[in-house]
Amino acid sequence: MNTGGLGPSGGGNAPGDVRNGGVDPDSGRASDVVVSSRVRLARNLAGFRFPNRAPASERTAVVVKLKPIVLGARLSAQTEWVDLTSTTPMHRMSLVEERLISRHHAMGKAGEPMHGRAVAIGLPDRRLSIMINEEDHLRLQAIRPGFDLSGVVEEIEHADDAIEQKADYAFSPRFGYLSACPTNVGTGVRLSVMLHLPALKITRELEKVKRAADDLGLTVRGSYGEGTEATGDFYQISNQTTIGKSEAVLLREMESEIIPSVIAYERTARERLIKGGRRGMEDQAWRAVGLLLHARLLSTEEATKMLSRIRLGIALGLIPGLRLPLIQQLLIASQPAHIQMAIGQELTQEQRREARAALLRSKLGEAFATKRPPSRLIRPGSAEAKPEPPVGPSNRPVKRPPEPGQPGPGNGDNR
Amino acid sequence: MPNARYEVSLVKCDLCDAEATVHETQIVNGQVRVRRLCERHAAELGLTGVGSEPVSGAGSTVVLSMNKPGTTLRCGSCGLSYAAFRQNGLLGCSNCYEVFEDKLTPLIERAHQGGTHHIGKTPVRMLAAAQGGDVQAVERVLGSARERAERIALLRKQLEDALANEQYERAATLRDELRRSEAEEAGPEGEPA
Repeated sequence: MNTGGLGPSGGGNAPGDVRNGGVDPDSGRASDVVVSSRVRLARNLAGFRFPNRAPASERTAVVVKLKPIVLGARLSAQTEWVDLTSTTPMHRMSLVEERLISRHHAMGKAGEPMHGRAVAIGLPDRRLSIMINEEDHLRLQAIRPGFDLSGVVEEIEHADDAIEQKADYAFSPRFGYLSACPTNVGTGVRLSVMLHLPALKITRELEKVKRAADDLGLTVRGSYGEGTEATGDFYQISNQTTIGKSEAVLLREMESEIIPSVIAYERTARERLIKGGRRGMEDQAWRAVGLLLHARLLSTEEATKMLSRIRLGIALGLIPGLRLPLIQQLLIASQPAHIQMAIGQELTQEQRREARAALLRSKLGEAFATKRPPSRLIRPGSAEAKPEPPVGPSNRPVKRPPEPGQPGPGNGDNR
Repeated sequence: MPNARYEVSLVKCDLCDAEATVHETQIVNGQVRVRRLCERHAAELGLTGVGSEPVSGAGSTVVLSMNKPGTTLRCGSCGLSYAAFRQNGLLGCSNCYEVFEDKLTPLIERAHQGGTHHIGKTPVRMLAAAQGGDVQAVERVLGSARERAERIALLRKQLEDALANEQYERAATLRDELRRSEAEEAGPEGEPA
């Protein structure tokens, strides 16, 4: 059975078929399960101490050396250079929420200097970022929606080679690219795939995935990396091994062997859930829509959980009229720093909850008002072969137009 | 490559009766010269202090290590002690990998599923420059002849394992990798090293 999660386009795609276009062409391959693919490289300059051991003057010298090299390499149409020492904590956190810099880079560990920290961001798509003086002198990162590890690896290799044309890397034949932490030494490559695994969570099979991943030298973590919770059932799977296997083998393992089986596993679990109670799944998804269309106060956690349910609903073809890219955008836009950046000032937690609820009401309301074809309003999942009983009241909330005069994120009438 | 080997021993300074805490190995035109100095004399000769770098000059390489008596190994380049590394998990500079090599190897092996030697990318410009240069230049990038042979043997083993496990896509990747390594080994003139 095609659950619909395998894409409105798709009939009969095997659960493990990652060529499957997913549910939205703008969300990349296998986007019903894969949120994004990311790669990062750890690199250091020869002749400079690693950032944790370097005094302020040496960290500055690294920036002075790298800035013209990074900007001159023309890695994107335009590059934005952000000197993190002169930015507000709020701005830095918004970059963390976008996954352009690490939490560590934004805040530093206790007692660590912020000195000489910077990031270069590729514009206009903001998919390439280069952190300067994080744990290593250079952390190059490329990120793309959907399942596209080859794509990000190709992009990062290009950036790496361009920078190496002008910079001498710390490299040894024995240990490879030398990194401050020996857990990154060798290739310095960390491949990560962000997966949405709600069905495996519900069916309690996630532990199996975690154990299998561990045996294969991979880690499964929450969406914002080390030590973060997997709110909304978003999990990041990354390689731990960086030495003893080449970049090509690491990529092969993740791209052709491991991630496709996790995708297939999640899809199979979703099919079972749908078979076991389609109405219940539909109800869950639409309740989440209803809540976000009407709530007046929302915590980040609740918003993420509801958006996760909606994401699953869209992937299963239960919520026609909403698209995955909007959900991804809202997942980031509802994070605390983004809410405050949109309003343009620091807010208390209560104010943030109010602004978040307003933002989600307005964005989801707009999406339903403008994008939903009326025919699909009546019969969600009409492409499905299975006949549906008449539409129940669970669909009604979406017919509501957005409330007039709802405060948006930028109009400041939330306090 | 400068190769640093260190033993912790109670040895007197070459210049006085104090305990030698700095062992300097200098290789000049292939001749190895070892000096053992106490902290004071090492400082006077400008060999210690945070920020002292390994010195490379024409025909000479100096490698430093500082061993505080009864305590721990210390990197002569950035001053990081092995104990401090164990505490925060971060090395201080490239030289730390040489100074702490013996102690790091088992840690790296555990953290990386048994991996202890780099296989994969080599800095492109560095490799191109080395291949136009002498044996030493090649060794700085690709390692000694023995290391290179070991790397190729390791790749062959990984390839055999992949074939035995019917992981054909992985085997194809490894075969490409092996060919690349063998081509590097042959060098630009096609001469096996």
